Amino acid sequence: MLHIVACIKQVPDTKIIKMNPKTNTMDRASAPAILNPYDAHAVEEAVRLKKRYGGTVSVLTMGPPPAVKAIKKCIEIGADEGYMISDRKFAGADTLATSYALTKALDKISKIQPVDLVLCGKMTIDGDTGQVGPGIARRLDIPPLTSVKKVEEVNKNDGFVIVHRKIEDGYEVIRSSLPCLMSVEKEINEVPYSPFPNMLRAARYEPHIWSVDDLEDVDVKQLGLKGSPTIVAKVWAPPKPEAGKMLEGTPNEKVEELLSIVLEKKELFQAKGVSQ
Amino acid sequence: MSERFDCIIVGAGPAGISCAYELAKGGAKVLLLERGEYPGSKNVMGGVLYRKMMEDVIPDFYKEAPLERPIVEQRFMMMDKESAVTFGYKGMEWGKEPYNNFTVLRAKFDQWFASKAVEQGALLVNETVVTECIVENEKVVGVRTDRPDGDVYADVVVLADGVNSLLAKSLGFHKEYKPDEVALATMEILKFDKKVIEDRFNLEPNQGCTIELFGDATKGILGTGFLYTNSNSLSIGVGTLLSGLIKHKIRPHELLDYVKNHPMIRPYLHGGEQQEYLAHLIPEGGYKSMGKVVGNGVIVVGDAAQLVNAIHREGSNLAMTSGRYAAETILKAMEIGDYSEATLDQYRVNLMASFVGQDMKKYKDSTHHFDKFPQYFDQYIPMMNRAASQMFTVDGTSKWDKQKKIWKDIGSPKEKIKIARDMYRAWKVMK
Amino acid sequence: MNFEEYSGVWVFIEEQEGSVAQVSLELLGAGRRLADKRGVALGGVLIGDNVKSLAKTVFEHGADVVYVYDQEIFTHYRTESFMKALLHCSETHKPEIILFGATSNGKDLASAVATDLPTGLTADTTELDVEEDTGLLLASRPAFGGNIMATILCKKYRPQMATVRPKVMQALTPEPGRTGRLVEESIDLREQDIRTQVLEIVKSTTKKVRIDEADIIVAGGKGLGSAEGFNLIHQLANTVGGAVGASRDVVEAGWIEHHHQVGQTGVTVTPKIYIAVGISGAIQHLVGMKNSGMIIAINKDPNAAIFEACHYGIVGDAFEILPLLIKEFGKALSMEEVDHVREV
Ligand SMILES: Cc1cc2nc3c(=O)[nH]c(=O)nc-3n(C[C@H](O)[C@H](O)[C@H](O)COP(=O)(O)OP(=O)(O)OC[C@H]3O[C@@H](n4cnc5c(N)ncnc54)[C@H](O)[C@@H]3O)c2cc1C
Ligand SMILES: Cc1cc2nc3c(=O)[nH]c(=O)nc-3n(C[C@H](O)[C@H](O)[C@H](O)COP(=O)(O)OP(=O)(O)OC[C@H]3O[C@@H](n4cnc5c(N)ncnc54)[C@H](O)[C@@H]3O)c2cc1C
Ligand SMILES: Nc1ncnc2c1ncn2[C@@H]1O[C@H](COP(=O)(O)O)[C@@H](O)[C@H]1O
Repeated sequence: MLHIVACIKQVPDTKIIKMNPKTNTMDRASAPAILNPYDAHAVEEAVRLKKRYGGTVSVLTMGPPPAVKAIKKCIEIGADEGYMISDRKFAGADTLATSYALTKALDKISKIQPVDLVLCGKMTIDGDTGQVGPGIARRLDIPPLTSVKKVEEVNKNDGFVIVHRKIEDGYEVIRSSLPCLMSVEKEINEVPYSPFPNMLRAARYEPHIWSVDDLEDVDVKQLGLKGSPTIVAKVWAPPKPEAGKMLEGTPNEKVEELLSIVLEKKELFQAKGVSQ
Repeated sequence: MSERFDCIIVGAGPAGISCAYELAKGGAKVLLLERGEYPGSKNVMGGVLYRKMMEDVIPDFYKEAPLERPIVEQRFMMMDKESAVTFGYKGMEWGKEPYNNFTVLRAKFDQWFASKAVEQGALLVNETVVTECIVENEKVVGVRTDRPDGDVYADVVVLADGVNSLLAKSLGFHKEYKPDEVALATMEILKFDKKVIEDRFNLEPNQGCTIELFGDATKGILGTGFLYTNSNSLSIGVGTLLSGLIKHKIRPHELLDYVKNHPMIRPYLHGGEQQEYLAHLIPEGGYKSMGKVVGNGVIVVGDAAQLVNAIHREGSNLAMTSGRYAAETILKAMEIGDYSEATLDQYRVNLMASFVGQDMKKYKDSTHHFDKFPQYFDQYIPMMNRAASQMFTVDGTSKWDKQKKIWKDIGSPKEKIKIARDMYRAWKVMK
Repeated sequence: MNFEEYSGVWVFIEEQEGSVAQVSLELLGAGRRLADKRGVALGGVLIGDNVKSLAKTVFEHGADVVYVYDQEIFTHYRTESFMKALLHCSETHKPEIILFGATSNGKDLASAVATDLPTGLTADTTELDVEEDTGLLLASRPAFGGNIMATILCKKYRPQMATVRPKVMQALTPEPGRTGRLVEESIDLREQDIRTQVLEIVKSTTKKVRIDEADIIVAGGKGLGSAEGFNLIHQLANTVGGAVGASRDVVEAGWIEHHHQVGQTGVTVTPKIYIAVGISGAIQHLVGMKNSGMIIAINKDPNAAIFEACHYGIVGDAFEILPLLIKEFGKALSMEEVDHVREV
């Protein structure tokens, strides 16, 4: 029986987020909070592995109280249990401090039931780093497997997994000892429309919520803003590129003009087929 | 086999939530199903929330609910192309507890209201569309949702799915609405600084104003417009019968753009940042369009039952009251374990005896009447504007002469008789 | 922590099919600038099996020092083995800054190393600068879906680390014969200490269009309406000898595979000509192509944001303009090629 823990985060939907044109700040209230889309795939993969091998799927998040909603979403996908660590002392954490806090929570979860596999999303759409996963793995001293696009086998008896790891021009087939951590790509699966019984369970579900004091052996200096080596010094709107020349006339005229412009630089086309 | 509930409520609008709240409070095992991402996410309303009917469900709700502003002033604008006759009432007594009514943004309010029902023990499931009622032996026994393993069963199903209620329609409770039975409303929410709103509408902080717009707001098509103050936004909208839009070949958003740019309105809206654009139907057929509201194992409430008072732009309050009555009837039915149409019919009886039924009957002819005689909107309001303009323009003419001229401008004796007849008719449908 | 002990800007050199990966060359260019500003040495760290010969290229692209770990155990990239080498190198030679390409392996390695050191790591940076006197790295990157740019600092730890997007920095023109100090290192690492094994490497079989290396890209967006409509993009790309790019919405609609996606969550490209058809110009798309030599936009909406970001714009229906372009380019280029042959 496997115990898989997926780390998940609630994030503002950056596709919808609005910018205040005057102050160049984000109007966070304008963007609804959603489950980080990449993490949904991590949870789905955990649920699939559970179906394949049997076991339990837990999800873990660090975030403010409203993040309970993201946990419920994971229960809808099919997770069994949800854990949340929530405390002012965690606030302002960068990836180093985040992985530290999550590791402490994972230590506690593994006392309830030992953890075989930790899953993370490829990255969050707000932090956008993909660093938290490997960070957790290092702290737990288990192998980090990033860019995983397929889990071929999980063998708890013999203590190994075989996965496909995406690289720039293809993929690697990797065997790793178990326990390990995987950060999964979006293409690893499709998250289906959740079945109704899961919806009912999620509507009723109340996650385990822990504060710093509920965790053991915590060095508060390594938490939150204090424990974060990186700081955001400045934020600005990306410079708008300059607008170019609009071609006028009938479609034929426009195409003709474009061609004359492009072909003027015909040296570009000499490179045709030749890679430099 | 899926779980059983005492009652399943389809739709988490004011009607469904009130019903869920009361049922859960009464100890029933309730499932509230909503297709939106959260209650209110898809809901549209001007919107004025009436204190009384909300208090019937949650006393003192105004102490914690996310309300925008208590309304201390209600204005009415009879608009012509470049003028308006305005009247209204402002009273400080409305600015104090227990207040009269409030502006609300449904996306916030419904969410809060639903959380209250959940506190009472109702189970809320979002993002789930009910596709049909499950009927066995001519009794509704549950609903089918669009999710895998999506059937759920209950003793009673309450249809609170809003205007158009496809579910009630598929049970044969009502027909497809005709274009003169529904209004299409479009509205925008424009963001402002609180201070700007208070200056423009002459308000203190935490005071609100509503303006109802008639006449040229809808280019003379039967319908109304509205401009309401929220905390830091304004809601501007227009609603007209579908039949009017079809007849005048005008698209709803064109009408909204028109009123936004109307010289009587534009100054209020200047500098606002568009936050949301919404469109929604309003059932306006009134009493005569109401279909069946009770069947074996099923009750219809709120907009789904056509419970809207178009003349007074009331809807959410009727919805809440109907939801509450439905819950009372269902709790009684649970005591005796009988969910037949005969038992549940008590809901209809109570509803029709209440202000809801009374008002529905009182205005039963109004929409049809105004729809049949468009002159109210496209002739009489401009006439009223011309009269006011003449009366108040100081140009050396005596007021006697002005009155005479106004009287003459109204038209021939035959036309005057027609107007008198129309006014009498209007009075009759409204009285 | 004594900052004085830390000196030098380093680039982790990635090997790709026996040569130095393009992104590492770009980082050497960026690193050179930072090192010069600071007046310190630029170092390259080469880890692999039989990689010593690559040091030459690294020197020619601007490095003063190359640290090499040339051992069989490094045949394949593995987090644990590479991490141990890099940690060893960093602890021995103490650089003030380490840069990595934001590739699968670069990000993987950087995250692990930063956790162990520990130090701050800024992901996916697109702009780099350094404070001359303090050596503080100013690492800037798009955040919140590209809606804002943020500058990230790491004041209290050394080394400072960042991963850098491919294709945004400029490689230096190689200086043949340029050389520097080669530092050969090794660590004692046995196979049984490593918990992962690479069983197989599978290269994409479909001859993958490396759009990040193409000179001409024809990219299509949701405006092409359907997978069939998107065929016009393939046709034009064929005609001009370019690669096919796509917006994310197109990839999500399944009209084309993900590796064609240009933008923040796709590839960053810098072709000489970028033709965007039926693409609205969302900021997340723009960040991936804005450094192209010449950007041509075709969109039927005159207010589309893409027009603010192009050199030449045509307002028009793709289904009208594309067939014309295909025809005219077809004619013109067949002639061009004849011309070209004659010239040579
Ligand atoms: C522009 C406008 C302005 C208005 N202004 C006012 C005003 O100022 N004051 C006032 O009192 N009234 C106003 N009304 C009327 C008022 O909004 C309605 O009468 C009221 O919302 C009715 O409540 P309800 O619960 O019956 O329906 P709704 O509020 O429409 O709720 C129905 C719910 O059911 C859900 N649903 C529908 N079908 C399904 C399904 N198949 N499965 C699951 N869920 C489903 C919907 O998502 C929705 O949440 C206005 C209406 C409009 C359009
Ligand atoms: C975190 C995050 C990361 C993202 N990463 C990326 C990324 O890497 N790459 C990316 O591309 N997007 C990315 N996006 C998505 C991005 O925000 C946009 O949604 C996407 O780029 C829009 O794709 P589009 O331009 O094809 O579609 P649309 O925005 O739908 O635009 C279609 C355009 O086609 C035009 N059009 C329609 N019909 C025609 C016609 N017949 N002829 C000509 N023109 C026509 C329309 O006017 C319109 O401008 C990301 C978003 C988020 C939140
Ligand atoms: N606050 C958090 N709580 C739980 N998991 C997180 C948190 N932040 C990041 N993660 C996990 O780490 C992955 C990478 O995140 P990031 O490094 O922020 O891009 C995410 O996809 C999550 O799986």
